[in-house]
Amino acid sequence: MPTRWFGERIPRNEDPRLLTGRGMYVDDVRRPGTLHAAFYRSPHAHARILRIATDQAKALPGVVAVVTAQDLPERIRGPLPKLIPHPALVHHKTQVALAGEVVRHVGEPIALVVAESRYIAEDALELIDVEFEVLPAAVDLEAAAKPGAPRVHADMADNIAAHHIQRAGNVEEAFAKAPHVFRERFTMDRGSSSPIETRGVVAEWDPRSHQLTVWDSTQAPIRIRNYLSDLLGLPQANVRVIAPDIGGGFGPKIMMCYPEEISIPWAAMMLERPVKWIEDRREHFVATNHERLQIHDAEIAVDTDGRILGVRTTYLHDCGAYCAYGLTVPIVSGTTLPGPYKIPNYHAEYRAVFANKTQTSPYRGAGRPHGVFVMERLMDRVARELGIDRAEVRRRNFIQPHEFPYDLGGLIYQDGVRLVYDSGNYPEVFRKTMDHIGYADWAAQKARYRREGRRVGLGFAFYVEGTGIGPYEGCRITVEPSGKVYVATSVGTQGQGHYTSFAQIVADALGTDVRDVIVTTGDSGAFGWGTGTFASRAAVVAGNAVALAAGAVRQKTLQVAATLLEARGDDLELAEGKVFVRGVPGRAVMLGQVAAAANPLRGVIPQEWEGPGLEATRYFAPPSGAFAAGCHAALVEVDTETGLIRFLRYVVVHDCGPVINPMILEGQVRGGVAQGIGNAFYEKLVYDEQGQLLTQTFMDYLLPTVAEVPPVEVDHVETPSPLNPLGIKGAGEAGVIPVPALVASALDDALSEEGVRITEMPLSPSRLREILREAQTAPTPA
Amino acid sequence: MNGDPAHTTPAQAPARVPARRKRRLREPQSALTIRFTVNGETVERTVEVRKTLADFLREDLGLTGTHLGCEHGVCGACTGLLNGEPVRSCLLFAVQAAGAGIETVESLAPGEGLHPVQAAFREHHGLQCGFCTPGFLMSAVALLRDHTVPTDEQILETLGGHLCRCTGYQGIVEAVRAAARTWQR
Ligand code: FES
Ligand code: FES
Repeated sequence: MPTRWFGERIPRNEDPRLLTGRGMYVDDVRRPGTLHAAFYRSPHAHARILRIATDQAKALPGVVAVVTAQDLPERIRGPLPKLIPHPALVHHKTQVALAGEVVRHVGEPIALVVAESRYIAEDALELIDVEFEVLPAAVDLEAAAKPGAPRVHADMADNIAAHHIQRAGNVEEAFAKAPHVFRERFTMDRGSSSPIETRGVVAEWDPRSHQLTVWDSTQAPIRIRNYLSDLLGLPQANVRVIAPDIGGGFGPKIMMCYPEEISIPWAAMMLERPVKWIEDRREHFVATNHERLQIHDAEIAVDTDGRILGVRTTYLHDCGAYCAYGLTVPIVSGTTLPGPYKIPNYHAEYRAVFANKTQTSPYRGAGRPHGVFVMERLMDRVARELGIDRAEVRRRNFIQPHEFPYDLGGLIYQDGVRLVYDSGNYPEVFRKTMDHIGYADWAAQKARYRREGRRVGLGFAFYVEGTGIGPYEGCRITVEPSGKVYVATSVGTQGQGHYTSFAQIVADALGTDVRDVIVTTGDSGAFGWGTGTFASRAAVVAGNAVALAAGAVRQKTLQVAATLLEARGDDLELAEGKVFVRGVPGRAVMLGQVAAAANPLRGVIPQEWEGPGLEATRYFAPPSGAFAAGCHAALVEVDTETGLIRFLRYVVVHDCGPVINPMILEGQVRGGVAQGIGNAFYEKLVYDEQGQLLTQTFMDYLLPTVAEVPPVEVDHVETPSPLNPLGIKGAGEAGVIPVPALVASALDDALSEEGVRITEMPLSPSRLREILREAQTAPTPA
Repeated sequence: MNGDPAHTTPAQAPARVPARRKRRLREPQSALTIRFTVNGETVERTVEVRKTLADFLREDLGLTGTHLGCEHGVCGACTGLLNGEPVRSCLLFAVQAAGAGIETVESLAPGEGLHPVQAAFREHHGLQCGFCTPGFLMSAVALLRDHTVPTDEQILETLGGHLCRCTGYQGIVEAVRAAARTWQR
């Protein structure tokens, strides 16, 4: 048993269950008498619903109910809740549970069928007849932003949901005086987070106890509980939302609420039988939120040494048909863009635009890949134009270790707090990365490859990532007389290993084996307060709540054990599941005995125990986010004939403060890189002009397989955050953020002879060949 | 969820105004009684002919370790072994398995403890959310039964038929390499 669990590379507590097929995912929930649901979804991007005929569907044997908007009670018929309001978000449009008048994207639910089996429910969908008047659709982002475009929402004059500007310094003056200004347009297109488990909801209503239980593949069970309570008119105490094992989340599994998250629980109440809905993959493509489409016009002003004088970016953000989640993604883009560099004058301005496509909301990275792509592309451009080495130009602009906390001059981050980096050591992260990838002799290596007829490029990209934002998370820890320690927190877990990393924190505080610490997450019945798993915040915010609660239980343990052992609390130690007098290991009690003694049958409980049992609940509310950073570098080989790319090496150096479990952290990083590679080269959601999504299967939307993802070498730098007791920073999104920027820089390098300049993501083999052809036919850029 | 390959969801239906032409309803659903072995036990059940093997295993037999990620044969989460060969149980009807021997993830380590391949996945962090894992395990087991010393190409080719969205695959590859060494066959 290690003396300290924190920092150990230990296997995960949750693995045996998951490996033996004993996980409990939403689709594994089996309740007696369960009915199965399927949705009739809009085949049109934009249409008025003239008539819905459900009689034939209702008559099909095995069909229990067919529900349309008009059957819903008033309180859930209207627009669903607005998540994160913002003063700039003038038109905070949200989706409805079932569309009754107008549909605004393909896949919007119109009717709900509940039947004895999913097979019958889908048969019934075939019998539903809906008459539409098809309306012109706004699909292309730039076109949708223009005056006169088809309007997604008839009560608006155009499609602009928000127009928002953030500034620091005086950018006009900086640009006016600058010796060099470089401009570029960058595009990042739509993608889907595509967890291998789609979404799902199972709801059960007990009419006698008035208790609603909902199993939901959400990343935010507490918030779903709160909304359900509000929308269905039930006390919060009567609604229990459980996010059981979740087969991957990556952002879009947090919505509060998706239409199905309200209609399924309501149907279970109405029918007084459990109802299950499991999204199929095609539904997932059209009904689960997308992300990533933004078009940035950006320019950078530098002096003759390549020092940044100012950066300006104006961009369009694609909301899709609604923007329930709010402006998180474009705000995060604008506030991530400055990254590790000192930018005295900065201007970020965007318009969030409605279009007749699936809604967007944060997907792993959540606007950060865009910011990093724009900034790192601009830095490469500066290096090339001024003839300065691209690593050197970065070194000249890094924020230095002694300059923290570093204030970005008045920008406001996604949590509404002034953007101030808490800590970091960017030059060191960069140095390590460049050493690992062998940047110093890259020119010679590249020439060698070239002589062999191979086109290999070295790419790298640096990012700073806001993590661990508020408002809070909480945790309750209870030691049972068995000596086992039970930990309950409400953040959901989607594979990040919280059953282990949280247990490591607790095991250290209480001197137990990590396997004796049993963690429950994501069940509002076990712990009813919380926000959710997003923004790389679970380990930081919940992890620190766990540490605080564990510290409190430790104090209580010492108090109670001191009485039992007739010793002073200060003289006691906790280890190996025991409390003993320091230096006298024989004078000991088991932790479980202390727990039993803290809950006596008779007698009195001393005032200072503050109640019975070895139990404590604590909350952690960070003042602001903790800023992690990292740099990725890779060697990428391009086959100019086929347009295929191959990674020869991939290096990540990451700084997220002290690491709880390096194995888990590296897994997070590697998984993120794989997703980033998808975002950069394979995964693109394609809409046609009518707003039909052409990529609705894994045959058209290509997730990277083992053949596309290289081994990733991971190294760490540890700069603790002063903002939380454990000093940790989040890591969940780190892997994905810089990958598009990195791939672009590697391709530029590999194809430097052709003068290729990558300004768009994702690419594909055919698109890369096209770019090559364009570069070869284009006159050499001035 | 629908086993009929010709089935179209509304989202994919051709855009037509007014609404889509209705199809004739299926003939009364027919069912067959089939017999096979599942994880070593003989099972005899009456099953709707259109029910997929995956749905049958999960719903009728309660073997929920077999997962469904795409239901169109790409992700591999639903992989089980049919007479020792990996198959996508989302693409087969249960009745097609009549007479066969089926193995699912639940068979690998029937009691407490882990099968050597499962143990290697744990050791090498070959899983995060665990949703894709049963499929990877079953394909890996089939590979390692056939090849005591698989080449890296064989490993990559086998794993290349599966999607994992969490791990970046590295831990999975390492786990299979390690299991080839540790599993005493
Ligand atoms: S569910 Fe069978 S291959 Fe994806
Ligand atoms: S572990 Fe989550 S999909 Fe593979």
